[in-house]
Amino acid sequence: MHAQPQSWQNIALSLVPYELAGNSTPWVLATRKAAFKRFESHGFPTRREEEWKYTDVSLISKRGTLAPDNIPPEASSEAKLLAWTLPSEGMHLMVFVNGHFDSGLSNIDDLPAGVQISSLADMLDEGAELPKDLFKQQHEHTVFSALNNAFVTDGAVLNITPNTVVNKPIYILLIASGHGTAIYPRMIIMAGAGARATIIEHYMGTLDAHNFTNATTQINLGDGATIEHCKLTQEGPAAAHIAGIHVQQAEGSHFTSKSFVFGGRLVRNDITVSLNEPNCTCTLDGLYLLNDKQHVDHHTRIDHIAASCTSREYYRGVLDGESRGVFNGKVIVHHGANNTDANQTNHNLLLSRQAEIDTKPQLEIFADDVKCTHGATVGQLSDESLFYLRSRGLDEVVARSMLIYGFANDIIRGVNVPYLRTRLEHLLLDRLPQGEMVKELL
Amino acid sequence: MTTTKQLDELINREYQHGFYTQLEADTIPLGLNESTVRLISAKKNEPAFMLEWRLKAYQHWLTLSEPTWPNLHYPPIDYQHAYYYSAPKSEKTGPRDLSEIDPELLRTYEKLGIPLREQQVLAGVAVDAVFDSVSVATTFKQKLSTLGIIFCPFSEAVQKHPELVQQYLGSVVPYTDNFFASLNAAVFSDGSFCYIPPGVRCPMELSTYFRINAKNTGQFERTLIIADKDSYVSYLEGCTAPMRDENQLHAAVVELIALEGARIKYATVQNWYPGDKDGKGGIYNFVTKRGDCRGDRSHISWTQVETGSAITWKYPSVILRGNGSVGEFYSVALTNHHQQADTGTKMIHIGQDTKSTVLSKGISAGYGQNTYRGLIKVLSGAENARNYTQCDSLLLGSKCGAHTFPYIEVKNPSAKVEHEASTSRIGEDQLFYCTQRGIPPEDAVSMIVSGFCKAVFQELPMEFAVEAQKLLGVSLEGGTG
Repeated sequence: MHAQPQSWQNIALSLVPYELAGNSTPWVLATRKAAFKRFESHGFPTRREEEWKYTDVSLISKRGTLAPDNIPPEASSEAKLLAWTLPSEGMHLMVFVNGHFDSGLSNIDDLPAGVQISSLADMLDEGAELPKDLFKQQHEHTVFSALNNAFVTDGAVLNITPNTVVNKPIYILLIASGHGTAIYPRMIIMAGAGARATIIEHYMGTLDAHNFTNATTQINLGDGATIEHCKLTQEGPAAAHIAGIHVQQAEGSHFTSKSFVFGGRLVRNDITVSLNEPNCTCTLDGLYLLNDKQHVDHHTRIDHIAASCTSREYYRGVLDGESRGVFNGKVIVHHGANNTDANQTNHNLLLSRQAEIDTKPQLEIFADDVKCTHGATVGQLSDESLFYLRSRGLDEVVARSMLIYGFANDIIRGVNVPYLRTRLEHLLLDRLPQGEMVKELL
Repeated sequence: MTTTKQLDELINREYQHGFYTQLEADTIPLGLNESTVRLISAKKNEPAFMLEWRLKAYQHWLTLSEPTWPNLHYPPIDYQHAYYYSAPKSEKTGPRDLSEIDPELLRTYEKLGIPLREQQVLAGVAVDAVFDSVSVATTFKQKLSTLGIIFCPFSEAVQKHPELVQQYLGSVVPYTDNFFASLNAAVFSDGSFCYIPPGVRCPMELSTYFRINAKNTGQFERTLIIADKDSYVSYLEGCTAPMRDENQLHAAVVELIALEGARIKYATVQNWYPGDKDGKGGIYNFVTKRGDCRGDRSHISWTQVETGSAITWKYPSVILRGNGSVGEFYSVALTNHHQQADTGTKMIHIGQDTKSTVLSKGISAGYGQNTYRGLIKVLSGAENARNYTQCDSLLLGSKCGAHTFPYIEVKNPSAKVEHEASTSRIGEDQLFYCTQRGIPPEDAVSMIVSGFCKAVFQELPMEFAVEAQKLLGVSLEGGTG
């Protein structure tokens, strides 16, 4: 279809069949091959495709290789330091280095009964059947999920049996370091009926990392299950990060997604939620804080398939430097999904002349008994608020920082894990001019 | 249930303007090729620059393919199976007053309620009636010409004011713009031309009625309105078409140009044949409408009430080029039975202190699919640009759909852009409130729908507001969904 450079194709093709986890198991190898074929026949998305209208992925397609490292790397001292600074007593910690599970840095020993956490690579190598169906699934809306399926190296498989409550958050730290690595993690999360858990995915890149991360997370919620998923994208300034979070909800389940993007040169998050059975709720929140030449794209899609479900979506963005933010929120109310209540907002603060925001909140409604609203705004700090603060003796820089803090913190304060909330607040203050001063005033 | 009964009534309502006038028509052979374009140009006795432009457009059109991105579904159109030119025979006799006009034609206009006789003076409307493709009568010209206003059929403007046509034609919608605009540029038969000289406030509402009549004649009008410095004009466009089983293609182009301090109000009531209740027949309406606020402090506003056509593809837009210019878009779109509408607007903010307002009300009933598609674009030089968009959808019935695709692209940090949208059906509580005060459900629905559209109707000139209200009332009373 599309002409592609020859180099990555050759490298990629030669690697698929042989050296990745689980390739000795026939169905794994077959899945990988089929997935790569799908990617190959479509090629990289171009800006002529509606879903990629504002995001140019040539940064990725120009890379020399798309193939992952098939040998687990030695964790760098920087990576170790990162893992060690986490308060591991308060959480179940899984650490991945360049897409490979590092058991030495992880701490998943004291899991409550009814919770299984395993490395995907181990399970694939053992030929375990458990995640087979989910593993085979690719998301039809993005060809990158096919690429992930073809090259996935490792990941976390989480199985929470019915009515199990995991009190401590499950913290998955994914560290990228070194040049030119391609990283393909896959998270598979299965929550039984009535199960509860909080899962944090933290993507951390070192300053020099030129990695390309292509991640897929699949979450299945049983009847009445409650899952909170927080994702923190803090990739290095040269990194490309393409990820999909795909959620299936059964009756009466509650799902919350929070996506925070602070780092990365090119970041794209596709979040899709299917409300398959009645009385589900889902909340998608997000915050992107951009600077320099960062390009961050959030595409969300909520499918109201069953009746009487509620969805809420709340995204905020602060754009400075030459950054570009993209938001596309789709809410699709299918035929028969009556009594749907959907609400979506996207607010953006544009702080610089070179920054750009492209937002598209989208509603597609095929049922009549619905209540759907969406709103989007683009603006700047209000003169009145600035004047108010300055009349009370704050200089302009502090006053501006304070207002930005207030705008962004609206999303951060919804995080239920204290450690993560504090960390996000620090990250936010670090980014603001005179953030120290703001901190003192709060 | 009363609801179902009322909905059935609504669904089974026949198209009221469905009649067909037997007229001898002057038609050129079926199909489209270069000689068709030459023939049309020759028939109109056009100067060389026009033919050249048409041919360039035709050549460009050949390189394009029909857009597939709209949220519309219809069988492929065979562009070779249509007549591209048709004029009433009476044109040759050259009617100088009403008595010379075919009485059959006059009766058609009467049925449509076009005030072409003495009552026109009282109605205060100058009519440039387009019957099929050629303008048959133009009135009030005298009165307008004393003010220096040129208001005439496009073909007349080409003959009498070629310099104005050459200067402005295609300067807002170039022949390369899109598939349907290119087609229009190649084969357009006639339309309206209007020029308001500097400082003149047009004393009456200018109006034109388009009407599709001869079977299988695609209509390709082209309207060009130029408001010179500090002038003002309000233009009305209204449409009805006879009942017909075969789909008819309609690809019009409207170009508006507002120079410094000028203001153009453009209002449309579109009530073309929407097809029968099974979705058979109906007009395919692919229109390119665009205004260019070329001068500082200029102002263009679009108001549309779309109740007809099987397919509506229409995005009246404003390019806000001049500093301090203002663009407005007010729309009510109704889709019933199997009607599909993909409509909206584009506001391109280029100049400083530009403002735009978008107010869109969509109503879907039956199997109707209603899509709002809008773009608000603020370029980096557009300091202090301001936009407010509101698009609301009302759903009547469980098989219809309402869709919203708003694009917002902002490149300037001083811009303020707001978008709000809601979709709902008529609330039980609203109905209950009315009925418990003794208002019958049918009237209550009518009231609520009127209220829903009120903000748009307010923007219409008096004559149209009444018509629009009636049109909507007819189509919607009783639809509680």
